[in-house]
Amino acid sequence: MFEFSKITIRNKLLRYAPILLLLISVLNEFDFNYLELKYFSFNFPFILIFYWSLKKPESLGYGFIFIAGLINDVVVGFPMGISSLAYLFICGSAAYFRNITLNTSLFKDWMFFLATILVVKTMLYSSLVLFFSFSLNYNDLIVNLIFTFLLYVICANVFELYEKLVFGSHNV
Amino acid sequence: MDTASRDDFVIAIRSAFLKKGNKQRFSLIFLIFLSLAFLFLGRINFEPINQVKIVIREVVYRSSFIVSVPENYLKKTYQNIQNHFVIYNDYFEIKSEIEKLNSEKTVDQFIIEENKRLKKIIDDYVAESEEVVAKIIIDKNSPFLRSLIVNKGSKNNIKLGMAVLDKNYLIGKVVEVNYLTSRVLLLSDLNSKIPVIIEPGGFQSILSGTGKNDGILQYLKENYLIEGKNTVYTSGAGGLFKTGIPIGKIEKSELDKQNKVNFFSDFSQLRFVKIKSFEKDDSN
Repeated sequence: MFEFSKITIRNKLLRYAPILLLLISVLNEFDFNYLELKYFSFNFPFILIFYWSLKKPESLGYGFIFIAGLINDVVVGFPMGISSLAYLFICGSAAYFRNITLNTSLFKDWMFFLATILVVKTMLYSSLVLFFSFSLNYNDLIVNLIFTFLLYVICANVFELYEKLVFGSHNV
Repeated sequence: MDTASRDDFVIAIRSAFLKKGNKQRFSLIFLIFLSLAFLFLGRINFEPINQVKIVIREVVYRSSFIVSVPENYLKKTYQNIQNHFVIYNDYFEIKSEIEKLNSEKTVDQFIIEENKRLKKIIDDYVAESEEVVAKIIIDKNSPFLRSLIVNKGSKNNIKLGMAVLDKNYLIGKVVEVNYLTSRVLLLSDLNSKIPVIIEPGGFQSILSGTGKNDGILQYLKENYLIEGKNTVYTSGAGGLFKTGIPIGKIEKSELDKQNKVNFFSDFSQLRFVKIKSFEKDDSN
């Protein structure tokens, strides 16, 4: 009985790992900024939300994504609700792409991810500047966008491997 | 043909945003509206939303501090290793500097006392409130926002606009106060604007953050003779800070002709800060 419950807990942890990773990443805001590399920053939650919403939407609840957005706003200091909105648009975009695509490939996903983050980031930062009078450094935004886009391929491969190990064969 | 593809688009969009997915408790559109409501009500300072925000902030700051422990450990190890490489060279330089400073200290003490007396005569002397020492619980060097979260809030008499210092150097001001925590906007943040005075010369200017680790001087005429290594202090204009809190040294940029300010304090190495406010001393 004890063995059984231990296995169940482990399985549950593995299954809900994307949610945990999302919550930890927004709480911790891990972006390697302390390395002080002048031109390096990326948005890990964008990659994580897009990939899992596209490939296995049931493993990331929309409610959790909304909460993750609120946490991110508090940690980063943005007006509360703006990151939730951005994250939910990424979910919507991934769900739309899933509905219109029959044959998926990493390249197609990657290109659609680029289009998505371009739209979402434009929307996010335009609202910050126009409605909340934030000053932003546009070079940093572009660097962040480029690295988020480039790192998607690496993260997607890692997630795919994890998905195969935990959930079995690829089922999209 | 066109109508069919438009129908497909509408169906795909409707399915993505309106339908509740497998194992989903909420539809996307409901949560999107909820986010918009949060944003809108927060923007108009709707009181219940502000209370909810304070509770969420308290919980998130504490949780974030715990979750950041492993990363902070890595960060400190990395910085310790870096420090070990420069420590030997620094030692001799610091030793000679201390000798020089000790000799200057006696003369400075006389000038400080004389300055206090003179300022009282012209009614410009400000008294400092009791300082509160706070520990930094979150220090995220986000490229978009340079701020810190400290473990003191309204319970410890922290108020909006209070000055935050590292030793005697100004590093920022309090921009958000919760019951047990507060957010400090660093001088390096793009949204930070502080009235300053440049000495020698007494030129007034505004110090703005760059989003990096330095600041720039704004609204300063080009014909002013600002030299590299001039010192920047708070000017006291606006009444938020007292005059003469040291901030940093000017570094002239040959490339873009801007007056950059290198802060005395290293914002990435802060662990504890002092929070205090300044008010006019009416006692004679």
